[in-house]
Amino acid sequence: MKQRTKIFNGFSFSLLLLLSALFLFPIYLVIINSFKSKFNIVGTPFEFPNEDTFVGIENYINGIQSSGIVGAFFRTLFVTVASVLAIVIFTSMTAWYITRVKSKFNKIVYYLFLFSMIVPFQMVMFTMTSVCINLGLNNVIGIIPVYLGFGSGLSVFMFSGFVKSLPKEIEEAAMIDGCSPLKTFFMVVFPMLKPTAITVAILNAMWIWNDFLLPYLLLGSTDKTLSVAIQLTMQGAYGSIDWGGFMAMLVLAIIPIIAFYLVCQKYIIKGVIDGAVKG
Amino acid sequence: MEKNMKKYFPIFLLPTLVSFVIVFFIPFVMGIYLSFTRFTTVENATWVGIENYIKAFTQDENFLNALWFTIKFTIVSVITINICAFLLALLLTRALKGTAFFRTVFFMPNLIGGIVLGYIWNLLINSILGIFGYDITYSADYGFWGLVFLLNWQLIGYMMVIYIASLQNIPSELNEAARIDGATPFSILRHITIPMVMPAVTICLFLTITNSFKLFDQNLALTGGAPARETSMLALDIFNTFYGRIGWQGVGQAKAVVFFIIVALISFIQLKITSRKEVEN
Repeated sequence: MKQRTKIFNGFSFSLLLLLSALFLFPIYLVIINSFKSKFNIVGTPFEFPNEDTFVGIENYINGIQSSGIVGAFFRTLFVTVASVLAIVIFTSMTAWYITRVKSKFNKIVYYLFLFSMIVPFQMVMFTMTSVCINLGLNNVIGIIPVYLGFGSGLSVFMFSGFVKSLPKEIEEAAMIDGCSPLKTFFMVVFPMLKPTAITVAILNAMWIWNDFLLPYLLLGSTDKTLSVAIQLTMQGAYGSIDWGGFMAMLVLAIIPIIAFYLVCQKYIIKGVIDGAVKG
Repeated sequence: MEKNMKKYFPIFLLPTLVSFVIVFFIPFVMGIYLSFTRFTTVENATWVGIENYIKAFTQDENFLNALWFTIKFTIVSVITINICAFLLALLLTRALKGTAFFRTVFFMPNLIGGIVLGYIWNLLINSILGIFGYDITYSADYGFWGLVFLLNWQLIGYMMVIYIASLQNIPSELNEAARIDGATPFSILRHITIPMVMPAVTICLFLTITNSFKLFDQNLALTGGAPARETSMLALDIFNTFYGRIGWQGVGQAKAVVFFIIVALISFIQLKITSRKEVEN
């Protein structure tokens, strides 16, 4: 029995090792090709860069210069951080308010938020774009309330679930002691919501950082985000693409996410599981 | 306390509610209305009844093709992703060396955005097909299986961590008791493990169904619908109808309503199943 378990474990380990290699292979392929001259990518994509094909960081310089990817990176970072902050602060306030103040109106609002979670983006894509452009929300500042609106469904739902489990007595005590509702919320309630706030922040950050269609429709090519910059580079090239520069762009787009993931892995995986179970 | 709080209504409720009404509620209601009209911008709509819906199903073979492609794709992806993810979770909950490393690797693709994912796989698949002188736009089958592999790569790790969390919740006494009673590993799997992880199975099934059904970014980046429109899924077909065919915006909106109804039905079934499970427990 022991012997068999050992063989099975050895076999499983080798299998997992092989699978990890397969999982990493697509990324490896992009990385090696980002160091090859553009003429050698199409012909011999699997070859490791050698003396003839290796071009150092030339692709990175070309990719950065031609695509405005550095600007896109900081723009995406700004939009993501600002929108996530807005979502965490405003939706937690909303969730607390509609959970604690019982009224018909608040109940309807809560169910509307829930309902929005099942509506695919294409349903409101065209009309939302025209409403937002009419209101002047088609810029990097204006897109923040747009993300707040689209992120509110899941976020209000998750915060409400947690608020319901909190004892009311602590908040009541704070208010009897003379705290305003605003002070009560930020000094007493919000610190207790922290685990949910982290989950909400991670789920929304992953979505907004990678989002393509919404920034494509509202910001377009003038204020491109990372995903939009990559898509437009490919779309605008009509076959005459600089593959080297494009590979370098992909690598530059992946590195920050992987670095962030390796640092915050524990929170990300926990956040994703919580989000899946409650969503 | 409630009375006191009500005065603070504008601060607590309005920022979220106003954004929500502007970007979701109003566009949603407008969208339903516009699906019954002919329009090129939201201001010049004329009522045409259900003409757009009829057009979507009869005059536009792309829509039915996209619907069929999406359903086929969803079925294949849901089955492959969940089987692979569950098997990996089983392996990674055994006391093996390096499980933390493997989990990190398998989960990682999930964080990369759909557009970037699509182009990574575009490179990989075209490199492989290039050996034989083809590329991914050569046949719709290549696009189909390319998308299946891509989504497997992206979602296996995600579903795997949900299955792992669920497997770790099974009390170890249960397995030990069964082993002492002489149960084989297979019957433990069949009679203890699988029934105990059923809630996770429901969650993962619906997560993979909705993720496959609503796929857009990956579809756009990997095949862009090529060859012709054969590998366009529903979301991409709707996008192309809106922005690629002048005068067809109404049909695009009608397609979007149909798309919404299908997605809503899927979610509704999920809600029914989960709430029934909760009652049973």
